[in-house]
Amino acid sequence: MIGLTHYLTLAAIIFTIGVFGIFLNRKNVIIILMSIELMLLAVNINLVAFSAYLGDLVGQVFALLVLTVAAGEAAIGLAILVVYFRNRGGIAVEDVSQMKG
Amino acid sequence: MLTNLTLILPELILFLGAMGLLMIGAFSNKDVTRAVDLGAVAILALAAAAAGGFATDAPATAFGGAFIMDSFASLMKVLTFVATGIAIIMSQNFLKLEKLARFEYPVLLLLAAAGMGMMISANDLIALYMGIELQSLALYVVAAINRDSLRSTEAGLKYFVLGALSSGMLLYGASLIYGFSGSTNFAEIAAAFQPQDGQLPMAQVLGLVFLLAGLAFKISAVPFHMWTPDVYEGAPTSVTAFLASAPKLAGMAIFLRIMMTGFDDALVAWQQIIILLAVASMVLGAFAAIGQQNIKRLMAYSSIGHMGFALVGFAAASAAGVSSVILYMALYIVMTLGTFACILSMRRDSGPVENIDDLSGLSQTRPFMAFCLAVMMFSLAGIPPMAGFFGKLFVFRAAIDAGLYSLSIIGVLASVVGAYYYLRIVKIMYLDPPADEVNEPMPRELSILAGAMAAFTLLFFIYPSPLVELADIAGAVLMQGEGVAAARDVGTLTGTSTETLTETLTETLTGR
Repeated sequence: MIGLTHYLTLAAIIFTIGVFGIFLNRKNVIIILMSIELMLLAVNINLVAFSAYLGDLVGQVFALLVLTVAAGEAAIGLAILVVYFRNRGGIAVEDVSQMKG
Repeated sequence: MLTNLTLILPELILFLGAMGLLMIGAFSNKDVTRAVDLGAVAILALAAAAAGGFATDAPATAFGGAFIMDSFASLMKVLTFVATGIAIIMSQNFLKLEKLARFEYPVLLLLAAAGMGMMISANDLIALYMGIELQSLALYVVAAINRDSLRSTEAGLKYFVLGALSSGMLLYGASLIYGFSGSTNFAEIAAAFQPQDGQLPMAQVLGLVFLLAGLAFKISAVPFHMWTPDVYEGAPTSVTAFLASAPKLAGMAIFLRIMMTGFDDALVAWQQIIILLAVASMVLGAFAAIGQQNIKRLMAYSSIGHMGFALVGFAAASAAGVSSVILYMALYIVMTLGTFACILSMRRDSGPVENIDDLSGLSQTRPFMAFCLAVMMFSLAGIPPMAGFFGKLFVFRAAIDAGLYSLSIIGVLASVVGAYYYLRIVKIMYLDPPADEVNEPMPRELSILAGAMAAFTLLFFIYPSPLVELADIAGAVLMQGEGVAAARDVGTLTGTSTETLTETLTETLTGR
């Protein structure tokens, strides 16, 4: 029987993968965008699991809003990435280092 | 239904105004940038007036308790909208000279202001998240608005990645809090977050910590500050001026509201974290700024340090503490905008300059600008009788009344260290020989604004009571939740004084 704990564990694992994807990845900014998406999806699993467990609809409404905002966030992230690529000629994470200190 | 719409009137004005201006900009054949700028300022003034209309009303909620309008929200919204309006006015000349003047800029700032209004009035995790995202998405774009500049786009990219990470953490925390309290409403969360034997259940603490981390990112408190220096340096200066003012105020407002109304009984779980954030921010802000050459980067560390000082009042978790944070943030905004009015005027024939050395001998070439900047620096350092001194006085007073002695001592020491780099700028302006090239004269609107802010900072001590009283009322309203009294009985607060800022002020000024 799959219970609430299983869903929460799954969400925690996916969330951790997302966070580590942001910090450990040294290659490509696109991977960071995917990691962010992963974090938000983990949150959605949490919200829907809690919503079903509590018998309360608010969690699912929250999840829908998170999905919508995630779409907007990805659009803006990709747009910024495109203008950055035009200026820099690459999107390697190591190159994003004009400013330091 | 009608009450709902009345309560969100300031945000409605901003949203409809932003949409209208966007349409005008998109469908007009002529260059309407200036008209859109003026329209945006007018809309912000209107929204500030609408928000100010709620100043003395009893707290009222809309949309099933998701949105709250009270004196606290009213004051914070007025300050936020006015700061945004000033930021737009200050931007005009800079953006025109940098060939960045586009009608999208004021529209994005309007949308960010609307998001900040939502944040300040959020009384529910969903409203909180939507407000924060609306604000952040607009800010990511304005940070990268100089799309042909590598530094600006890099600033936008960094801001986006770290901002999205912080939103993710905030959301994960929100999902856990929802799951372990069964509601997204702050009042109902407060009812569920009750410590047993002085401790919260582990799962609730976890949710709370994630939420705290997300919010600390938004106000750039150490250790969640790493985006601040890069974004401040890379973004166009006019954008930096905005980023350093209104979003910080709105972030601090929602931080105060959720902690004081949603987690007031869980004080034992978060007071230590706030103290840690405050100490780390003050110390890092003081030491990391010392070696900086770029004045925008220096202001980034300065703002990190100031967030630390504001968090000192926050950690007191008393009505006087909250009022002192509100007052501190209001004064901080005036000082920051005044400083940036001067930084925006740092310009030679060849273009804008950002190094601190470029200010050398400014008192001989541009005495007025040097004077305004010197007043701001003295005030940021917290030297009496400037306004910044009173901000620090009240937060430390609140912390001492709450028994946080070591925190106050660390704060005072950090402000002494911080004074070094503020005074270094004054020394470079007044004692060093002038640089070869002469700075261009200040644009008219910038000199008026800088002069006004310098006058306010300098003369605040003569008649401080209106602002102090407003902060008092707003702080008292926020702390009226019934749980607070209980928290004070059982929590770690020892000897919390009920003294208000106004009383402290009278005491200080009369020398008792």
